[in-house]
Amino acid sequence: MAYKIVASQCTGCSACEPQCPNTAIFEKGGTFAIDPAKCSECIGHFDQPQCVAVCPVDDTCVIDNSVPRYRAA
Amino acid sequence: MTKLLQLHDFGAPGGASFDELRKSAAASGCSTKGGAGKTGCGSSAGESDLPPEIWEKVKNHPCYSEQAHHHFARMHVAVAPACNIQCNYCNRKYDCANESRPGVVSEKLTPEQAARKVVAVASTIPQMTVLGIAGPGDALANPAKTFKTFEMVTEAAPDIKLCLSTNGLMLPDYVDQIAAMNVDHVTITINMVDPEVGAKIYPWIFYDHRRITGVEASRILSERQLLGLEMLVARGILVKVNSVMIPGINDEHLVEVNKAVKSRGAFLHNIMPLISEAEHGTAFGLSGQRGPTAQELKALQDACEGEMNMMRHCRQCRADAVGLLGEDRSAEFTTEKVMAMDLEYDLAARQAYQAKVEAERDAIAAAKQREMESLADETASIKIQVAIATKGGGVINEHFGHAHEFQIYEVSTAGAKFVGHRRVDLYCEGGYASDAGIEPILKALNDCTAVLVAKIGLCPKDSLAGAGIEAVETYAFEYIEQSVIAYFKDYLVRVGKSEIRHVARGDADIRQGAFVAV
Repeated sequence: MAYKIVASQCTGCSACEPQCPNTAIFEKGGTFAIDPAKCSECIGHFDQPQCVAVCPVDDTCVIDNSVPRYRAA
Repeated sequence: MTKLLQLHDFGAPGGASFDELRKSAAASGCSTKGGAGKTGCGSSAGESDLPPEIWEKVKNHPCYSEQAHHHFARMHVAVAPACNIQCNYCNRKYDCANESRPGVVSEKLTPEQAARKVVAVASTIPQMTVLGIAGPGDALANPAKTFKTFEMVTEAAPDIKLCLSTNGLMLPDYVDQIAAMNVDHVTITINMVDPEVGAKIYPWIFYDHRRITGVEASRILSERQLLGLEMLVARGILVKVNSVMIPGINDEHLVEVNKAVKSRGAFLHNIMPLISEAEHGTAFGLSGQRGPTAQELKALQDACEGEMNMMRHCRQCRADAVGLLGEDRSAEFTTEKVMAMDLEYDLAARQAYQAKVEAERDAIAAAKQREMESLADETASIKIQVAIATKGGGVINEHFGHAHEFQIYEVSTAGAKFVGHRRVDLYCEGGYASDAGIEPILKALNDCTAVLVAKIGLCPKDSLAGAGIEAVETYAFEYIEQSVIAYFKDYLVRVGKSEIRHVARGDADIRQGAFVAV
């Protein structure tokens, strides 16, 4: 599973993009999106999911319930 | 009469607390005396007041020299949208409230687009001398984009001065790179040196891969800001400190901030009023936190003015502003328009234009000097404020009804001094007085005795007179400071002959919102 970015909330500020340890974040039509196949919820990298921690708008980077939770290998 | 009463009721003067502030600042070695006799002090510091190498750096920089801002323009390029801290006066869902007017979505630029825009503006506006990167996020939270832009601009337009604004959190990590790029002006926004105060301004920072909240966040931020300041000063880079004055939160504390940054070698301190409206959606806007009145702001600036230069001409412009500080020509330089322009960078023409400005500045200084000499025998203790309608160039050249803003000068026998500006809505649009009427302008100028204009209609002139403000056309197209002093001399004569009575003026309104093109 992974985080996703709520496009309607995203300001397109790009703060999250360079913070992602998995380079899972990319620009898509003026806002940003997360590739669920790459997202590890920052498990094994950092204490906090980086996109959530840096995003200036609360509840914009949220768990994507449509994919199973990430499990460290 | 009702109108008069309303105006006088509106905003009581600063009160005793600011007198105390002033005393405490004076005790730390600051002079509180204003005026032209003071050297090295005040935002109007000129050639004779500064060491030559510093003067050389600031003389064409509109944000670092009050004198320069009448003649030279700056531009910001919005290449840095990301930020690494949250401020209660900023709502990133729209845009940064203090650096970029909320609701106006800045066009984000790539470094390549930004460099082309700089060349386009420099070719069209020869007085554009400075390129700043001021967000809309934090320049150093976007280091790759910021430094790439500087690199490309240096190549294309080598005479443009580079500067950047930062919250300081990442500053110590980039000081060497800033120095290597010949960026010789850096602005740090420092709103506190006490983390307890900071906790009321900054809900969180993002640092070392963590979101940090509370007092701890402000402790780290403050340490990094002051360390960055010291490192820049050690490398000979001029540092301006911006502080947002938030009544009841950091207003009294800013005297401490002033001492802290002064002792670490900051060159200029710019205390700006909080911009706070509910519709901006900022935490302060929503909580009803008010901004300061004009006189509260001035009292704090006066209290901090000593050996340190205070900036009073800041227009709190957008992160993509273009033009003189009092104007915004960004709409002329959208990416679409810039891409379509046929560009040729004419360095010689720019230099010729700037030499002409230099000569004009000398003439202005000489005229002011002559007028001052004729004031030498006056001993009156009267001090008044005079509003000026100007389009720039140091001349009274704007029609009252066409003014977007008024520049405010304080004048006494010590001379004339720029103390601020008031943004207003146009009174006259298409020849008709605007719907809002003259009331907001009367409030904005309520602390002024007179307004000097190039021209004014009879109706607004009467309204101003009703509010006790004299509208004067006598000095149309004359130099500002010379005219302010001449008006003051005439005022003293008339008071002396009892033709008029000197009345202390009340407080005035600071209009909310940064300048936008109209």
